Amino acid sequence: MSAHDSPDPSKAVLWDTHYHGHDVISTRSFGYFLYLLSDGMLFATLFAAYGVLSYSHSYFNGQTPADFVHPWYTFTQTVALFLSVLAYGMGMSAVKKGNKAGLMNGLIAAFVLGVIFLGLDIHDMMDLAAHGVTVQTSGGASAFIVLTQVHAAHIFFGLLWILVMMAQVAAKGFTTDTVGRLLSLRMFWHLQAIIWVFVFVFVYLWGYMS
Amino acid sequence: MLVQVPGGWNPLLGRLAIDQIPYTNPILAPLFVAVVIGAVIILGLITYYHKWGYLWKEWLTTVDHKKLGVMYIILGLVMLFRGFIDGLMIRTQQVWANGPQSSGVFGAVHGYLTPFHFGQVYSAHGLIMILLAATPLLVGFMNIIVPLQVGARDMAYPYLNALGLWITAAAVALIMISLFVGDFAHNGWFGYAPIFELQYSPGVGVDYWIWTLELTALGTTLGGINLIATIVKMRAPGMTWFRLPIFTWASLSANIIALTSFPALQVALFLVACDRYLGSHFFTAGFGGNLMLYTNLFWIWGHPEVYFVILPAFGMMSEIFPAFSEKPLFGYITMVAASFAIAGVSWLVWLHHFFTMGAGPDVNSFFSVATMLVGIPTGVKVFNWAFTMYRGRITYTAAMLWAIGALFLLLVGGLTGMMLAIPAINYMVHNSVFVIAHFHSMLLVIVYAIFGSVLFWFPKVFGFKLDEFWAKTMFWLFSAGSVLVFVPMYMLGFMGQTRRLDYVFNTAWHPYLVTEEIGIAVYCLSVAAFFVLLYVSIRDRVKNRVGQDAWGTSRSLEWLTHSPVPFYNFAVTPHVNARDELAWRRHNGINEAQPTQYVDIHMPNNTGVAIYIGALTFVLGFALTWRMWWLCLLSLVAIIALMIVRSWRGDPGYIITAAELEKMEREAMQRQQQVEGHLPHHGGQAVPGGAMAYEGQKVSPLGTPPSSGGDHH
Ligand code: HEM
Ligand SMILES: [Cu+2]
Repeated sequence: MSAHDSPDPSKAVLWDTHYHGHDVISTRSFGYFLYLLSDGMLFATLFAAYGVLSYSHSYFNGQTPADFVHPWYTFTQTVALFLSVLAYGMGMSAVKKGNKAGLMNGLIAAFVLGVIFLGLDIHDMMDLAAHGVTVQTSGGASAFIVLTQVHAAHIFFGLLWILVMMAQVAAKGFTTDTVGRLLSLRMFWHLQAIIWVFVFVFVYLWGYMS
Repeated sequence: MLVQVPGGWNPLLGRLAIDQIPYTNPILAPLFVAVVIGAVIILGLITYYHKWGYLWKEWLTTVDHKKLGVMYIILGLVMLFRGFIDGLMIRTQQVWANGPQSSGVFGAVHGYLTPFHFGQVYSAHGLIMILLAATPLLVGFMNIIVPLQVGARDMAYPYLNALGLWITAAAVALIMISLFVGDFAHNGWFGYAPIFELQYSPGVGVDYWIWTLELTALGTTLGGINLIATIVKMRAPGMTWFRLPIFTWASLSANIIALTSFPALQVALFLVACDRYLGSHFFTAGFGGNLMLYTNLFWIWGHPEVYFVILPAFGMMSEIFPAFSEKPLFGYITMVAASFAIAGVSWLVWLHHFFTMGAGPDVNSFFSVATMLVGIPTGVKVFNWAFTMYRGRITYTAAMLWAIGALFLLLVGGLTGMMLAIPAINYMVHNSVFVIAHFHSMLLVIVYAIFGSVLFWFPKVFGFKLDEFWAKTMFWLFSAGSVLVFVPMYMLGFMGQTRRLDYVFNTAWHPYLVTEEIGIAVYCLSVAAFFVLLYVSIRDRVKNRVGQDAWGTSRSLEWLTHSPVPFYNFAVTPHVNARDELAWRRHNGINEAQPTQYVDIHMPNNTGVAIYIGALTFVLGFALTWRMWWLCLLSLVAIIALMIVRSWRGDPGYIITAAELEKMEREAMQRQQQVEGHLPHHGGQAVPGGAMAYEGQKVSPLGTPPSSGGDHH
């Protein structure tokens, strides 16, 4: 037993009457961070699957990303998503000053830019389908589409969440609950942008070039 | 987008039709009747005794980690029983359907199960035992014990905790309903590509399998987040990392594995779902799919998962050995390091499940060596336990017997694992029942540790001990069963019996199969002993009541509060001064000291949202399985709506005032005084340590520490 590093029992404090634990926001943010870790693993697995299914034979003699990726189009998406993250960040800096209108403007801008991103994505997918590239075309096409659309689904739920937060802040202002959630949402939104970097580089650009 | 399914489909009911209900099956139809009668009786009794309100208020809507843990454990035990019945059916089929002369009934040529039905039974058996029995049992214990051991009032996120339980329960419900509506997968618990593709498995079985796995994966991930956050954020003051009880360390390492590996399973299964629902080509044999991609993804989760279940079991053993050897755990730091080493290495070994894929000598050698590395930290643990017992004052309580049994099994399972880790041997015995015997030895370690823990912590949770005589009877029967079933299985593995045979051609194996069947019969006796154990213990509960420190030799913080634990855990947060805090206090004669002052405490409210969402995830899984698209959409929207509503409302919690708290504590103290007055007369034989620790001690009134101490050195 580690008796040597223990205090003298006659003087030891046995109870902590006024202990209040960690503050709520830090505990929640930590848990949310853990969730994001698992979300990152989810994408890592999808990337692994994409890696395995991106050989030339994976496309079963069909079209490959070199045929159907338009880098500049996707770059527009990248810009939209990054601006959205920037807008969100600026909104959050307004929270520090207790500036509700500033936050709202940031959220609205983030939302609109996110919708633009998603709209471009959906248009891209419809375009692909029109050119005969669907999940049913080949293993490679399946991996390409599922990976990008799982990311898009994250964006969709993020947008929904932004709406919910706008309503909550409008109704309740800045409380422990709402600010904590805004922080979690910020982590989520940033992570999706970071993952998009990988999607853009390793799926779109790499696919386009090989 | 969606693929055309073979057979009928209509917009309202999807693939569900009356002929999907196996009412002509001679095994399932009577079972269904029995289940319905059982359910009617139980529901009737609840109604008759007006217990619905109680059930709803105290259990179904609770966010109390102890009650949730108890429900996890009950769920796990029920599924352990169901899985056991599956195992019994498998063994009976093999001993019956042995050799060309063997008879057949119920439409089977040999034995009593058709190959398709047999395939469903073994698939369900494996899935249930690993994910719906072992996992909930362990998660249940972690739920109950970890917050107590770190000195917290509850888990970090009580509501999320309830959500995790109800999602797991939804997975259980889904696999149970597959018995009576449609059928279950026949592709083994881990599945093979491309057999689970729609062309080869056109029924709904594989879909049940997918969504059951997805739901458990979700529930376990949520639980993992909660446990990690609880350990990191909720420790009582003074609880530094190296004062953390060892079970908590084990839980931390296990949940880090869970958090990082379950997403791989979720993705693997999601991609199977894409293949089956959207017609994609991830794992198809043509169109550029890759069959081995599935196997890799599955085992990238699958191997860490086996360590996810064994690490908490190691933690349990690490609590039981010191308590009944009356010594601190030997090599605490190395034990922690070993847990994390095992967790780390568990990520690098997945390929040993399919050396026969033929990845080539370099790859196979790498994974072979990596696998054998696991033996080092595991060996460290085994020696630490042995040294903990060495020169200890060992009491052979039933809990201790289970822990020692686990140690022996670990030796057998670990060494056979080492054999399997050598590719040259593996090529000979892969997919034989030798592998089955290996991992059953390993999973039995978990089962033994769990039964040991049930005995060890039961008095903490319910306030009275389980009957030692029946617990030991159960232990010996169970162990006899294990030997009778698995020793012949190892032998048959060497002789070449492959796994999952619905018909065993070689009659020379008959004696072995019969021995295994006898083992199953002995297992049945041990199950009966378990029920007797419960009955006798509940009958004698007044006699077996215990105080705070039920065994008198326990060491960590959970034994510092009352038994049963009040809903607020600790009236006042304990301040931790040592590793093995309670042992330290006892050693210094201050283990009975009570707080002098109370303050208000803030507790979370109960909520029905968790169980509603759980129920909706079940509906979602069911609708996905049967392809009722409208219902999928409806339940998904309802889940999201409920989440938004809950987030809108938040939970202000409620306050227990200092005065109320003091009153409750005083009552608990009085109850305890009564109990401890009795204690020396009872259980003195079985747990001398426990009885002696109470000798000559008076429970002090609130505030004043007692004059003399407890440890009898
Ligand atoms: C000492 C450490 C261990 C080693 C070296 C080891 C090695 C192996 C190997 C090489 C296989 C593949 C056999 C084959 O299919 O050809 C295997 C299978 C298996 N092991 Fe272990 N193992 C160890 C510990 C464990 C533990 C702790 C558990 C679970 C609690 C476990 C559960 C399993 C399971 C479930 C399978 C087979 C799954 C299946 O094919 O259905 N093993 N083990
Ligand atoms: Cu393994």
